[in-house]
Amino acid sequence: MTAASDFSGDTAASLSRRISSGETSSVNAVQKALERIARLEPRIKAFIKVENDDALEEARRADERIAKGERLPLLGVPVAVKDNMLMENRVATCASKILENFRAPYSATAVKKLRAAGAVILGKTNMDEFAMGSSTENSAFGPTRNPWNVETVPGGSSGGSAAAVAAGYCPISLGSDTGGSIRQPAAFCGVVGLKPTYGRVSRFGLVAFASSLDQIGPFGKTVEDVALAMNAIGGYDKMDSTSVDRPMPDLSEALKKDVKNFVVGLPREYFVEGVAPEVRKAVQGAADALAREGARIEEISLPHTEYAIAVYYVIATAEASSNLARYDGVKYGHRSGGGEGLEGMYSFSRTEGFGPEVRRRIMLGTYVLSSGYYDAYYLKAQKVRTLILNDFREAFKKCRVILTPTTPTPPFKFGEKTADPLQMYLSDIFTISTNLAGIPGICVPGGLSSEGLPIGVQMMAGHFDEESLITAAAAYERTRSFPSPKI
Amino acid sequence: MKYEPVIGLEVHVQLNTASKIFCGCSTRFGDEPNANTCPICVGMPGVLPVLNREVVEKAVRAAVATNCEVAPYSRWARKNYFYPDLPKGYQISMYELPLAVGGRLEVVVDGKPKTLRIHRIHMEEDAGKLVHGENLGDPAHSYVDLNRAGVPLIEIVSEADMRSSAEAKAYMEKLKSILEYLEVSDCNMEEGSMRVDVNISVRPAGQEKFGTRAEVKNMNSFRNMQKAIEYEMARQSELLDEGGRVVQESRLWDANRNVTVSMRSKEEAHDYRYFPEPDLVPLLVGAEWVERAKKSLPELPDAKRQRFVSSYSIPLYDAEVLTADKPVADYFERTVQAGADPKTASNWIMTEILRVLKERGSELGRPPISPEMLAELLKMIRDGVISGKMAKDVFAEMEATGKNPADVVREKGLVQISDESAIEKSIDEILAANPEQVAGYKGGKTKLMGFFVGEVMKATKGKANPAVVNKILSKKLSS
Repeated sequence: MTAASDFSGDTAASLSRRISSGETSSVNAVQKALERIARLEPRIKAFIKVENDDALEEARRADERIAKGERLPLLGVPVAVKDNMLMENRVATCASKILENFRAPYSATAVKKLRAAGAVILGKTNMDEFAMGSSTENSAFGPTRNPWNVETVPGGSSGGSAAAVAAGYCPISLGSDTGGSIRQPAAFCGVVGLKPTYGRVSRFGLVAFASSLDQIGPFGKTVEDVALAMNAIGGYDKMDSTSVDRPMPDLSEALKKDVKNFVVGLPREYFVEGVAPEVRKAVQGAADALAREGARIEEISLPHTEYAIAVYYVIATAEASSNLARYDGVKYGHRSGGGEGLEGMYSFSRTEGFGPEVRRRIMLGTYVLSSGYYDAYYLKAQKVRTLILNDFREAFKKCRVILTPTTPTPPFKFGEKTADPLQMYLSDIFTISTNLAGIPGICVPGGLSSEGLPIGVQMMAGHFDEESLITAAAAYERTRSFPSPKI
Repeated sequence: MKYEPVIGLEVHVQLNTASKIFCGCSTRFGDEPNANTCPICVGMPGVLPVLNREVVEKAVRAAVATNCEVAPYSRWARKNYFYPDLPKGYQISMYELPLAVGGRLEVVVDGKPKTLRIHRIHMEEDAGKLVHGENLGDPAHSYVDLNRAGVPLIEIVSEADMRSSAEAKAYMEKLKSILEYLEVSDCNMEEGSMRVDVNISVRPAGQEKFGTRAEVKNMNSFRNMQKAIEYEMARQSELLDEGGRVVQESRLWDANRNVTVSMRSKEEAHDYRYFPEPDLVPLLVGAEWVERAKKSLPELPDAKRQRFVSSYSIPLYDAEVLTADKPVADYFERTVQAGADPKTASNWIMTEILRVLKERGSELGRPPISPEMLAELLKMIRDGVISGKMAKDVFAEMEATGKNPADVVREKGLVQISDESAIEKSIDEILAANPEQVAGYKGGKTKLMGFFVGEVMKATKGKANPAVVNKILSKKLSS
């Protein structure tokens, strides 16, 4: 880690210690963050809305609490939150015109928990509209740019949150991951991103894209920061019936463990044609590093991997078509003045309010659920989803973690894949299975491409075994150094 | 040609829980529009449903009381359609795996017992309602009231077992009666806490195969349901007789014109795109839960009816009428416990008490006349203190003032004259004053007895005990 005059190189763990010890203050950290944002945002555009005054006010309160002797894991630490998580009285646009002026009437559980751990929220970050996309190019308010190279995409859909950490705005941010929307931008922006087990983090207050796949998770520059953030947001919430009532382990403990006796599986289906040689090399490097730390590397098979994308685009769009029905112009959000009668109001409001990718997925989802097609698409997809889950169950009988590429290629350029949705969908090919199976996955920076762009490696573990994931990711992280982008 | 109707009913019943099915909002009826709403039941972004356990408790009770098999594993589903009173754009319901299947109701129609089967029972959330601008200011607009959105419902779907409007009515009456006994719903059709859709087709008498059915909605009373069924029977039969074809469609009952009108055809029907609700986990109702529900059931109408016949020796018909409403049945039992003769009590309750109830349109919860008061009145008849006719007047006074029968009798000086010597004196005077009629009676015109009784009653201002009057008159006239 580079020494830094401001916190842009500092981790949450270290910043929190320095704030608590009085070496610096939350106000100072937040002020520096806001200055950096003001300076770099015109180029990066990671945020949809920065709340300068609120953030400074919260920082002042954090400093008061510290003065009174209060200690919390993230007290006074600036963070950013993806704009599909609700914060009471703040905008929550989901990067969509349809929610452009929507203010949240309540706060998401994950946001509340992050604040309860002391974090100061700087603002809401940019994303693909309704989390549908892999490049943040689908934002109604313009794309976010990759801090490593503003000509390339930051990934998506949580591109804003990944870029905010990569750009040094804040050490931690929250994203959401439905098919790779945390891990893929983490890979592209050279940061750590964790998608927890389905049911580990409450979805209450997360604007739903695909309810059976969505999970909130943290970004950080280090595995330790991601563990800290995860400690804060994880755990059962009675407001989310799909969150699981089991104790949240202290992931800081997992950081200290080693990978001796870990069996690390390399699924052969993830090293196929179309994976860039540099990406293969990075994953091989990670495998070698883990082996040196005492892990045993074994080739495994996840035979149904090739069906993951098809299954995902049936299930995710089906759920989305239903989840997005509430944006009808009746109670909140965009209502068109055009169109005759009720049908006209619905159809104009939704056509004007939603961007092309969202409309495409609503239509796809509506189709696969429609009478006469349900069995052939949705039901079949659910069956194959079970096969994919069984692949992982079998695999985790043999190995503790699975190591794969996060993405087939390093970050791509703007416009490179927008003309062909299928090409865009394929950029999530290695991350989607995790969501279908509900298991946790983490992306850790694994090196730079010849063009100086980040390459991520992904690790997966069994249900609710975030501890093994953190242990393995931290063990790998300790073996190598990874630079910050020069902006 | 002669046609036979085939009728199936889909009944929606609001469960009377204090809070809604997926959030903590109150279910109270009649509050200011949108007073009982929160981000969850108005479908704000990011909200999730959390199941109210009480809803499942009540639904399971309804299922076991109607002899259904409660599924150990059932699942929520989304029913997708757009309407402004449906804030999420889908209703959380159950589809492939409902809460319960395969029940039955035993009914008696035209003196004949019949078993009417229940296909399934599932739980779901209610929608809100639209209020049109005429009543709220701007007639150009419609307004949405979401107080009802998320109120728990059970939908009870019958098999197509009914063959007449009377059978449909008997099914509804029995269902309503059971649900009221269970205290799981108010079952008020006018307030919409009980709603019925009728599926009806006709087929030539003797034919096995069902005809094409129409679905009729929007009937707010049993009476209207019967009328709608009869209208549809006639309409469909006529269509077929004229060589036409029944179209599968939804029709609305128009109670003002007493007709059904087409709402939408099958072609225009919604494709609800049901799929399992990913925000809720499957529902597991274990055998223990079902056993507990069975044990906690109150005595149900059928059992109570049998008991009334055997314990109180009242006719089956009486028992049927008395047990249809639990409050009435309770009223009857308390009256008997207070000392009244069961058959007399039954007669009075089936006529006077039910009439009062109907006129006042109120529940027996706060009865104007307590069972104890009625029992006292009936005892006064039995003991000859007042006549049955006088009792009707006393009852009218009790009904108007809420006074005790004894007080009414005393205040009005209504006490019956049973003193034989006093009555005999009056009879002697009347016989003496009417020698022609006496001669006529003795000559065989026995109908003149009524004349003599009338005269005695006139003379005693109706206070003479009719039994005593009859006895003395018969004796004197036959001597």
